[in-house]
Amino acid sequence: MTSHYYRPKELSEALDLLAAAPLCVAAGCTDLFPATERKTLQGDVLDITRIAQLRGFSHDVGGNLRIGATTTWADIIRSPLPPAFDGLKRAAREVGARQIQNQGTLAGNLCNASPAADGVPPLLTLDARVEVQSTGGTRQIALSDFIQGPRMTALGAGEMVTAIIVPPVGQFGIGHFRKLGARDYLVISIAMTAARMVVTDGIVQDIALAIGSCGPTAVRLRAIEADMTGRPPDPSLIADEAVALAIAPIDDMRADAGYRRISAAELLRRTVADLSASQVVAA
Amino acid sequence: MTDQTITLNVAGKDHIVTAAPGRRLSDVLRDDLNLKSVKIGCDAGDCGACTILMDGAQYCACLTPAIQADGRRIETLETAEPKLATRLQDSFLDHGAAQCGICTPGIMMAAMELLREVAQPTEAEVHDALAGVLCRCTGYRKIIQAVMATNTPRIPQKPAAAGCAVGQPLRRVDGRPKVNGTEVFGADYAPEGALLVRAIRGPDYHAEFSFGDLDAWCAGTAGVAAVITAQDIKGINCYGVIPPLADQPALAETKTRYRGEPVALVVGDAAVIEALDLADFPVTWTALPYSTTQADGMAADAPQLHAHRPENTLIRGHVTCGTPDDHLASAAHVAQGAFETSYVEHAYIEPEAGAAWLDGETLCIQACTQAPVMDQEDTAKVLGLPLERVRIIPSAAGGGFGSKLDVTLQPLLGLAVLKTGKPCRMVFTRTESMQSTTKRHPGSMRASIGADAEGRIIAMTFHGDFNTGPYASWGPTVATRVPVHASGPYLTPNYRATSRAVHTNGPSSGAFRGFGVPQAAIMQEVLYDDLAAKCGIDRLAFRHLNALRDGDKTPSGQTLQAVGMVECLEALQPHWDRLCAEVDAFNAGSDSLKRGIGIASCWYGCGNTAMPNPSTIRFGITAEGRAMLHQGATDIGQGSNTVITQIAADALGMAIDAIELVGPDTGLTPDCGKTSASRQTFITGRAALAAGAALKAAILRQTNLSNADEIIAADGALTVKHGNESRIVALKDMAQDAHGYVICVEETYDPPTTTLDANGQGTPYAQYGYGAQLAEVEVDMKLGTTRVRHIIAAHDVGRAINPQLAEGQIEGGIAQGLGLALMEEYLPGQTENLHNYLIPTIGDMPPVTSILIEKPDPEGPMGAKGLGEHVLIPTAPAILNAIRHASGARLTKVPALPHRVLAAIRDAQGRTA
Repeated sequence: MTSHYYRPKELSEALDLLAAAPLCVAAGCTDLFPATERKTLQGDVLDITRIAQLRGFSHDVGGNLRIGATTTWADIIRSPLPPAFDGLKRAAREVGARQIQNQGTLAGNLCNASPAADGVPPLLTLDARVEVQSTGGTRQIALSDFIQGPRMTALGAGEMVTAIIVPPVGQFGIGHFRKLGARDYLVISIAMTAARMVVTDGIVQDIALAIGSCGPTAVRLRAIEADMTGRPPDPSLIADEAVALAIAPIDDMRADAGYRRISAAELLRRTVADLSASQVVAA
Repeated sequence: MTDQTITLNVAGKDHIVTAAPGRRLSDVLRDDLNLKSVKIGCDAGDCGACTILMDGAQYCACLTPAIQADGRRIETLETAEPKLATRLQDSFLDHGAAQCGICTPGIMMAAMELLREVAQPTEAEVHDALAGVLCRCTGYRKIIQAVMATNTPRIPQKPAAAGCAVGQPLRRVDGRPKVNGTEVFGADYAPEGALLVRAIRGPDYHAEFSFGDLDAWCAGTAGVAAVITAQDIKGINCYGVIPPLADQPALAETKTRYRGEPVALVVGDAAVIEALDLADFPVTWTALPYSTTQADGMAADAPQLHAHRPENTLIRGHVTCGTPDDHLASAAHVAQGAFETSYVEHAYIEPEAGAAWLDGETLCIQACTQAPVMDQEDTAKVLGLPLERVRIIPSAAGGGFGSKLDVTLQPLLGLAVLKTGKPCRMVFTRTESMQSTTKRHPGSMRASIGADAEGRIIAMTFHGDFNTGPYASWGPTVATRVPVHASGPYLTPNYRATSRAVHTNGPSSGAFRGFGVPQAAIMQEVLYDDLAAKCGIDRLAFRHLNALRDGDKTPSGQTLQAVGMVECLEALQPHWDRLCAEVDAFNAGSDSLKRGIGIASCWYGCGNTAMPNPSTIRFGITAEGRAMLHQGATDIGQGSNTVITQIAADALGMAIDAIELVGPDTGLTPDCGKTSASRQTFITGRAALAAGAALKAAILRQTNLSNADEIIAADGALTVKHGNESRIVALKDMAQDAHGYVICVEETYDPPTTTLDANGQGTPYAQYGYGAQLAEVEVDMKLGTTRVRHIIAAHDVGRAINPQLAEGQIEGGIAQGLGLALMEEYLPGQTENLHNYLIPTIGDMPPVTSILIEKPDPEGPMGAKGLGEHVLIPTAPAILNAIRHASGARLTKVPALPHRVLAAIRDAQGRTA
């Protein structure tokens, strides 16, 4: 049986192909190739990297920022984006190393749905949605609903991710990201934290906090966010106990669950403390 | 997948290839365009060895579907813009930035991307740009220096004059192919039309298996030329590096004893074999109970690995002197404790690879190795061939560190060639390599050390249980070396050290830089910090007080000479004093980050333990006047090609540039033994010294001169100069010997050792090397993370034959010691790749200050001592002691992963609260 490798130029053609048969959607291939020891990608492949409209950034009339599905980490690092995206940029700089950043895509990171996906916590703090298309139409799914568990997404048959959408509300404030691992570079995180904070007159108007690598999916910390809103920025409001309630870490080769609970809280406090310091400077 | 035409723009020219669009670009570049500088280390984007530039930006070619490179501008090391590439190559050679050379092309491509953006990069910029390429040899420091200096005008090195090579930081004599991408590693050569060999490997830790209808499967699978099982083995299906204990089958017969053990080979047309889904292979597995830890292997109900080795015990080691128990009982201060170490993977960037073919009646095997003659012996044994019908031609080895001492694919390639009659090649995947090759022994150690009221060590007891895996490999060597060395380089008059090598179903443990001594040094040096505290003596002063000195006896009863231990510690003293003050000042102003310093020492016997291990060097002059050095020591990056040539050149009195290297190759070079036990500079160096001197004497016999200051070979004659006199020796008409030489010598050196008696007493080594390292670390008190800020290393090398190569060994050993201390833990079934198994990246490696102490050894060539393994031994304990100094955390297991450090910090805080 010969497998097929499709590389259409048009999105409509890609969607038609997807409608006709199940295909493995490929872009940067930084997760697909490591998953096989074979010399050639296995199965039927839909390579979307030739579809020009899928790469890059654009704004729609509603002020949403659209990040095309084949936009790479390096594209994110190089693009002039509002400070709310600083966390996403920082995450992009900590994905693998330059080779992976030049090749891997943000959307691929979401579709791979690893609990340790570097892109997810910062996107959660941006209130990102995932745009999904099929020949049947387009729908948008909140990122927190899109990733359903380890290696599980809400993608239906015939659907592919075409963009990540950041609504106007997610574009305010300043973002930040921290990753904790056992070595510098090329490391899968033990825990990671992202934050975006909007401060006016010394008071937190809006704050979004997220933790990754500490459960089946990365999570927002809504209760802590609520506590911190309406007060001066104060990392000490992030209590170990409250963080522990929000996450569900496991023991694995990188760390034990108890350590993850403690370190995630500490990392989150530092993430917010860094932001508080930068807000002061910005003010 | 239907092939497509793909246009790759390489060096300004379009190349049209026909390939499956989803094929890895790395394979297309290597196979279709013969761009072999693109190395394959993992096929997963973890190692970066395949880094190329596409439209000027770095990519992992292994992660790129070939079609995505269509129409793009590709640069590899051999096709990159020559001006920058040449500057970079020269800088790498000047700085000693390439050791084995397997990562070098990828590193250089990443560097080129950077150097086009920034001509004079900062160190931080070099880190960011090169971080995606792993190097296991160099410790990265010389790479960083070389990249930063690429665009700085260089001062070309002057060629070393006759008699002046030793002591010079000369470039590697074999360096150019390593930096221009032409070096031939195991996977880089195969005869035209070679068939591909793949292994069927057991998925369980322990299992019985039976084959289905292999003939039918073979007949029904197009392109398969042969299926090979243990039944095809004509010789003895049992090999091992220590022949009396040989126990490992080339292909398992009815039972697999570890995860990844080969049971069958599939051989055939490369394209077909590569594409086969081996899950269809007709074999049925029945999993059996298993153990993977030394504790489980020792349990009363543990599954027994070998009927003739009761209690899963391969061997026990033992050294005793004096009355340690009595002295411990009466000691003023006693420190005791236990320590656990993990399986550690060698993680060389080149997975095992090679090719084999028949040359007449002779089976030739060209593969990466550290021990060509041992490969020849074991392969001949398995294949049932006389020794002379097996020729081992070592390819360049992309790292070894001990694991490439054992045969891996050599007998498998031989079986495939003999069965098919055709040339064959085999390349392990990263996972195959990690599953099936040896590891550093995990150890469970406990010890007690006692000191008198003045702080002098009076007694020590030690026991270590080491997980040796299913097969013997070098387990006996570890079990012997550890008791000999567990005292550390300190005078210990009453002593008992015992060891046990325990069989389990984990991977086989074998040789890894230090043969168990690094594990034992952790136990001892951690307790020394306890003891210094109990005695109220500064930690360095405590070690100085107890350091071995000339005339002292080892626990094995050997009287030592040329001991440079005190000199090493004294060289560290000013750094220690300065850093103590700096660290105190920093800590006074910092709560969440704390700094600390630690110190540890090493000693290590060079050469095999209590066994003969000769090296033989042949040195000949041809009728044309070429000086040919037959050097059989495999250079796996450490530099023996250069060091041995430097010694031979000076002994002969000829300029080093005039000497040509031959070998290693069992068909061309006498046996120089294996590249292990830090023995090549010492033992092969002594043979080279003797050969150089003998060749000089033979040449002088053709003159009436009493000695020679310089011998110049040119145009069929030798010019021999002595003082104001000069003689010409015409070579053209002299008779040639069987090797084709008109003058030729062969010299052997075997270090004088004795066997050890029942109490481990004797002279196990003819030479020891010594060293001490100081580590400065910073510990995050709330996250448990550790950053090593600086290592200062003082090593007594006797005589630095090549100071730059010596520094390279120190930096590389420290990188591996840092990994052992902080991140490396091989867990069978979980860390069988380079993203779950972590080795240090360029960002983890601190600056290293190397201090070379030269206390000449009377046995060593020109005083030189071995160094390769010594350098790793003190690093981990120095780091652990620094972590404790910084944070109070007293670790009892390595690696010191953040969760372990934080738990130990909290434990310490609980004790003091």
